[in-house]
This record gives sequence, C-alpha cells and structure tokens, in this order.
Amino acid sequence: MFDLSPQDWTAVALSLRVAAVSTVVALPFGIAIALLLARGSFWGKSLLDAVVHMPLVLPPVVTGYLLLITFGRKAPLGAFLADHFGIVFSFRWTGAALACGIMAFPLMVRAIRLSVEAIDRRLEDAAATLGANSSWTFITVTLPLALPGIIAGMMLAFARALGEFGATITFVSNIPGETQTISAAIYTLIQVPGGDADALKLVVISLVICFAALLASEWLARRAMARLHGA
Amino acid sequence: MAGTTRNGAPPRGLIMLVVQVEKKLGDAFFLKASFTSASRATALFGASGAGKTSVINMVAGLLKPDRGRIELDGEVLFDEAERIDLPAFRRRIGYVFQEGRLFPHLSVRRNLEYGRWMTGQKEDGKALSHVVEMLDIGHLLDRRPGKLSGGERQRVAVGRALLMRPRLLLLDEPLASLDVARKRDILPYLERLRDDGQVPMIYVSHNPAEVKRIASRVVSLDAGNVVATGGPELLDAAHIDMLA
Repeated sequence: MFDLSPQDWTAVALSLRVAAVSTVVALPFGIAIALLLARGSFWGKSLLDAVVHMPLVLPPVVTGYLLLITFGRKAPLGAFLADHFGIVFSFRWTGAALACGIMAFPLMVRAIRLSVEAIDRRLEDAAATLGANSSWTFITVTLPLALPGIIAGMMLAFARALGEFGATITFVSNIPGETQTISAAIYTLIQVPGGDADALKLVVISLVICFAALLASEWLARRAMARLHGA
Repeated sequence: MAGTTRNGAPPRGLIMLVVQVEKKLGDAFFLKASFTSASRATALFGASGAGKTSVINMVAGLLKPDRGRIELDGEVLFDEAERIDLPAFRRRIGYVFQEGRLFPHLSVRRNLEYGRWMTGQKEDGKALSHVVEMLDIGHLLDRRPGKLSGGERQRVAVGRALLMRPRLLLLDEPLASLDVARKRDILPYLERLRDDGQVPMIYVSHNPAEVKRIASRVVSLDAGNVVATGGPELLDAAHIDMLA
C-alpha cells in the first residue's frame, strides 16, 4: 500500500514544510491582528476585519491571481522584494507558503480573537497594580490566557494550509519538488491514466495528517484549558 | 516611635493620602470626593453605588479622574492641572479586589510572587513566610486558584498584594463575595494584618460591623459625595448591624 514513489514522498514532505512554515510565520501577525480586532477601536476596523476575512470568501483562484499580480517576479512589490532582499515567491515553495498562510489567516485570527475577547480584562488591571507594565502584562497574563485559542488557531491554520490547492496552484503552479504539495500531486495523478492508485495513497496520507493535527490541537487546547481552570 | 511626628508627617508606619477628585460617571452620577487619610485603617463606607470603588480605582490608577489631585506620602500620583498621571504599575499601591482576581494560570506561590517579580525586588524568604503564616495559606502554595474556596482565594489575594511591598493597601469589599461563616473566618486575618502595622489600609465596605472591627477612621460616602468623616462611632447613629 505505502510503496510511494519518491516524487510522492517529496510532495508529502513539501506539504508539511509549507504548512508548518506558513503557520509559524503567520502566527505573530495573527496574534497582532486578533488583538487589534478584539480590543482596538479605530477608524477602518470593520474594513480590516473584512480584508482579513477575504480569503475565506473569495474563490481561491482569485486570491492566487491577486498574489501573482502582487508578488510575481514582474509585479512591483515582487520585483522590489527580489531585488532588495532576495526574497522570491513566484514558482518557489516560499510562494506556496505565502499562499497557504494567507488562505489560513482568517481561521487563525478568528480563533485567537475569540479567546482574547474571552479574557477577563480585570486580571490585567490586577497585574498593573502589582507593578507590571503593559508589555509584561501582555506576556505574563494576556498571552497565557489566550493560549487555548492560539493553539486552536495554529492547528486550524496548519490543517487549512495542508488542504490549500486553488490559490497555491494559481500563484506558484505545480512544480514537482518545488511547489507540488499533496493536493497538487493528487490532482496531477488523477489526470494521468492509471494514477488513481497512487492518488488514493496520497489521499489516505492527507487524511491521516489532518486527523492527527486536529486530535493534537484538541488535546493541547484541552490541556491549556485545564491549566487555566486549575488542575 | 509611634505617635511622634516630624515635619507634620504622620507617625511611623503611617503615610498621608490626600484625595481630591471629581469625575462624571454616567449621565446622572457625579463623583466629587475629598478626604485625607493617615491612619492604619481608614474605611470608605457607603451604600453600594455610592462611588467607593471608583474612588479607590482612582487612587490605584485604574480610573482617571476628570479633575483633582491625589497625593501619597508627599508624592503626586495624579494632578489634572499639572498633567501628572502616574501609571498604575508605578504607584506601588496594593489592591485586593472584591473577587480576588488571582491569575488562574499561575499557582498560588507564583501569584504571591508576581508583584515582587514585576517590581524587580530580590527574593525575600522571610517576607514570604511571614505573610504565608499570617494568612495561614502555606498548605495552598502549590495549588491553582481554581481549586481554592472563596475564603482561601481572598487570603491569597491579600498576600499577593502585600508581597509586592505596597506603600498603601486598598481592599475593595474583600468579604462581599463570601457567606457569613466565611466572613467570620477571614475578619481575624484582616485584623491581624492591621495590627501587623506594616502597611496602612483603605478598606471599602458597606457593612458597618466590618468597618467597626477593622477601621479606626471612617470616610462616609453617599451618591458620590463625602458626607461625613470621623471615628468608627460615626456608624452608630444610622445604620443597622448587618453582620451580627
């Protein structure tokens, strides 16, 4: 059953790498935006909220195309990043990670925002009376109390990134070894006569990975909750 | 030595708090309170909604007055005219909240040490064991706040506020969330704390019996105004003893 071709293994490894990198890189931005949306009151807040949620409602192909005309080699921003920082997204695995990160971002922000909104802010007042300035209050009170939501958000983003297809293939194409993730590999195999058997193996693998990710997040979030409520 | 004063300062162990604040709270509620306090235990007394908690929140730096001045031991904490507003974390004023507000993700020991840690003070085993012993919370140190009873939680909250070595301790109805039996359990600890004499307290309560047991001076608030100040005998006239 699991005599996968090297190319398929490459796709599995690449998927895991892309999903992990996109989740980790998106996390600080996710926390910042979630805090802003949960607590900030500023002009354009609902606009920001809408923009963050865009990838959730737009057809992935549209998101992918928007990425292409923003971060492509010939696009102004893409060219600038390539020339000045050596960061190239188009047709690279980094581009796949960018696409996955953006597609997963709304899910991450939602989960973190909910947990930030659930925090009893009076605990932060208590920290202030005990001598904690706002940074220390954030590190020692806000962040730990938001941890269940942060874990849930990371796992959702990871799972979403593993499943990402449309935006990725539009933005960085389907290059084996560089941008061909599990989804893209399955798609390719299905197009080829006699490829169904290999496709099915990859399907099973992606099922296993996603299931494990969700179970792990459930377990971690439960542990974090138990910590908060005194076990 | 107790009782002697130097330069008009209050006796040793006591510091002068000067509060003179105004704030509009809601459409029809205007808080305007002025009082000074230099006793070991001053009670802010009044019915619920009289503005007591708002006043001590202003002293703690959690609520900003519209106008006025707050001074502690000669240091200006707030002055609207001079645009001084020392942030809460720099005031070194301990606060025991009505609901404890212990950090649920930290053990009791870490809750107790939080203030020392945040104010950058050296570890002081003697201070810790003194407070732990006074409040009888030694057996709780490794537990989490979620597993404590209401009375235990309040004792830990008192200990947490004390261990940051505050210049002044504010207690906001620390017994209000407890049943009568628990209140009786905790009152002696608060008396011990007062007699320990290390830090002056402002004790907020609507309960005359509590105030009489704890406080040597009473500031009586009604509808946002200070209506009387004096000794505990102030309470004898009008109010019914709710605790006895």
